[in-house]
Amino acid sequence: MALPQAKQDATEARLAALSLPDASGWTKAPREDALARLRAAGLPHRRDEYWKFTRPDTLVDAEVPKAAVFESDETQVFDDVDRLSIVFRDGVFDAEASDDLSLEGVKIDRLAEAGKADIHWAKDLYGTLETNGQTPVARPLATLNTAAATDGVLIHVTGKASKPINLIYHHESETSDAILHHVIKLDAGAELTVLENGPAAARFNKVMEVDVADTAAFNHVRTQGRDHERRAVTHIFARLGRESAFKSFTMTANGVLTRNECVIELTGDDAIAHVAGACVGDGDFHHDDTVFITHDAENCESRQVFKKVLRNGATGVFQGKILVKEGAQKTDGYQISQSLLLDGDSEFLAKPELEIYADDVACSHGSTSGAIDEEALFYLRARGVPKSIATDLLTLAFLAEAVEEIEDEGLRDGIVERLEGWLVRRRG
Amino acid sequence: MLEIKGLKVDLEDEDKTILKGVDLTVEAGKVHAIMGPNGSGKSTLSYVLSGRDGYEVTCGTATLEGEDILGMEPEERAAAGLFLAFQYPVEIPGVGNMTFMRTALNAQRKARGQDEISAADFLKLVREKAATLEMSNDMLKRPVNVGFSGGEKKRNEILQMAVLEPKMCILDETDSGLDVDAMKLVSQGVNALRDAGRGFLVITHYQRLLDHIKPDVVHIMSDGRIVKTGGPELALEVEKNGYADIKAEVA
Repeated sequence: MALPQAKQDATEARLAALSLPDASGWTKAPREDALARLRAAGLPHRRDEYWKFTRPDTLVDAEVPKAAVFESDETQVFDDVDRLSIVFRDGVFDAEASDDLSLEGVKIDRLAEAGKADIHWAKDLYGTLETNGQTPVARPLATLNTAAATDGVLIHVTGKASKPINLIYHHESETSDAILHHVIKLDAGAELTVLENGPAAARFNKVMEVDVADTAAFNHVRTQGRDHERRAVTHIFARLGRESAFKSFTMTANGVLTRNECVIELTGDDAIAHVAGACVGDGDFHHDDTVFITHDAENCESRQVFKKVLRNGATGVFQGKILVKEGAQKTDGYQISQSLLLDGDSEFLAKPELEIYADDVACSHGSTSGAIDEEALFYLRARGVPKSIATDLLTLAFLAEAVEEIEDEGLRDGIVERLEGWLVRRRG
Repeated sequence: MLEIKGLKVDLEDEDKTILKGVDLTVEAGKVHAIMGPNGSGKSTLSYVLSGRDGYEVTCGTATLEGEDILGMEPEERAAAGLFLAFQYPVEIPGVGNMTFMRTALNAQRKARGQDEISAADFLKLVREKAATLEMSNDMLKRPVNVGFSGGEKKRNEILQMAVLEPKMCILDETDSGLDVDAMKLVSQGVNALRDAGRGFLVITHYQRLLDHIKPDVVHIMSDGRIVKTGGPELALEVEKNGYADIKAEVA
């Protein structure tokens, strides 16, 4: 089917406004391939079914919508964690602010430099999981990313990483348009935790491809920063081998538009994939979690736990799908998406989906949207807890199921503290 | 301690009068019981006093130590020393029982201009009170009332009462859903709090709770009014003859 002219024009306009990186060495082929795929698919349009609840216009436009830089003297969320920091400012690597890219059991390169090496392990992976993730639903902004990413990190984990890697994204220019692409490969039995934080840019397009080999474990905790006007579209593409584990949690506070897509394929038996998110939005806030989990092996477990707190006209979106392929017996799939609407102006749109082709599976999904429990609120107040504090307690309690998906207690406490801070700043 | 005069209350959403002029004074150090048939307005009285939404006071006053409480927010009434032990304690998933009680106690102390209690002192206080109510550490750690049996919920109410040390305690059908053993524990917990400076208003449908918590004064409520007041013997009379006799007598 030929691409509609409007889509074709929008795609070409976007590409023309980008300075495509000079693709040399092994990156040339996947980038060219991505460019061709993008031209065939076209960038998302607001009439696309997959973008029914979220207008992609400002993520697609050639021109970057301006986003003021939020000044804050707050410390960064993972500052107290013993970690290896890799810093980007508006998508540009900052060597000075970053640690040495060396960590026992881990090999780290930058995409911008790795292309020069003729042979690189990432050759077989860069753009591969992204390409796999294009069916059955196209994700053209990820394809754009593969074609046009200016930098990113390539992380090869051969053992148990001695500490987490923290990707820190600063936002400094109100018209920055950053495109980063990370590739992470965990060998059999390897373990790594990746932390991400920061508002990144006025507009941020990020892809993370994660290949988790048999018995390996990948942990991911991310916060998306406080800048109110920032926009972001992010994709995680993960492939899981036998008995491997993938766990990802995202906290989002503010941001005029965020779309986080997570595409996971369970390809080896007995693997587990947990993906969770807690977001808090006030006013001009639109947050979209789009998740697609494919069970293609036996006895795998997947969990999706998404909670959204919305106030003053904020919008939350959840599109989550569990696809159980033929033969993926003993699948245990769980999906919950809930929103707490703190006023009548806010809105939650959800599209939970199950598609099952195996006969011995246990899958459940639920989606709810509601206000603060008046009974519980009165109970707390009758014990002397002022209304504002009682409301915050109940709000944190609502978010707890998602936050508890973070296994590490220290990281979990850090996230709770941030969420509490956000609520306290808004107390009447 | 608690003085209610000519209190008339309507349901906010319906054109219906529930309390039709209640007069009641509970003195410090005394235990008053209110008995009455279903629908007589007993629970409404407890909700109106604690500040629950949905009721409209059309007439009358209620004061706690001379202070008007009807104009206060629920949390202000609590800080002023009023406590309602709920007939149906609410389950609050995600909020730990200890966090809840500590937040409540410190909020009340703050409202009264007192210093907050330290985490260590609070832990000591709660453990001590919980022990007398035979409440396990696990019950303290769990989310508020989640997974608690009926009896455990009521014990948790009394624990909160013991920790918060209110001046005026209202017990709304605390005996409902209790077996004999739980009733004894709960009553012991209440009796341990009886004190010259504290008033109690015990709302109950049955006399049996009053075997354990001995009242000084018993009121019979019917159709939104207190229709008869007497000593403990009045409760026994109700137990024997039911409410019909009293209703007939008053009518």
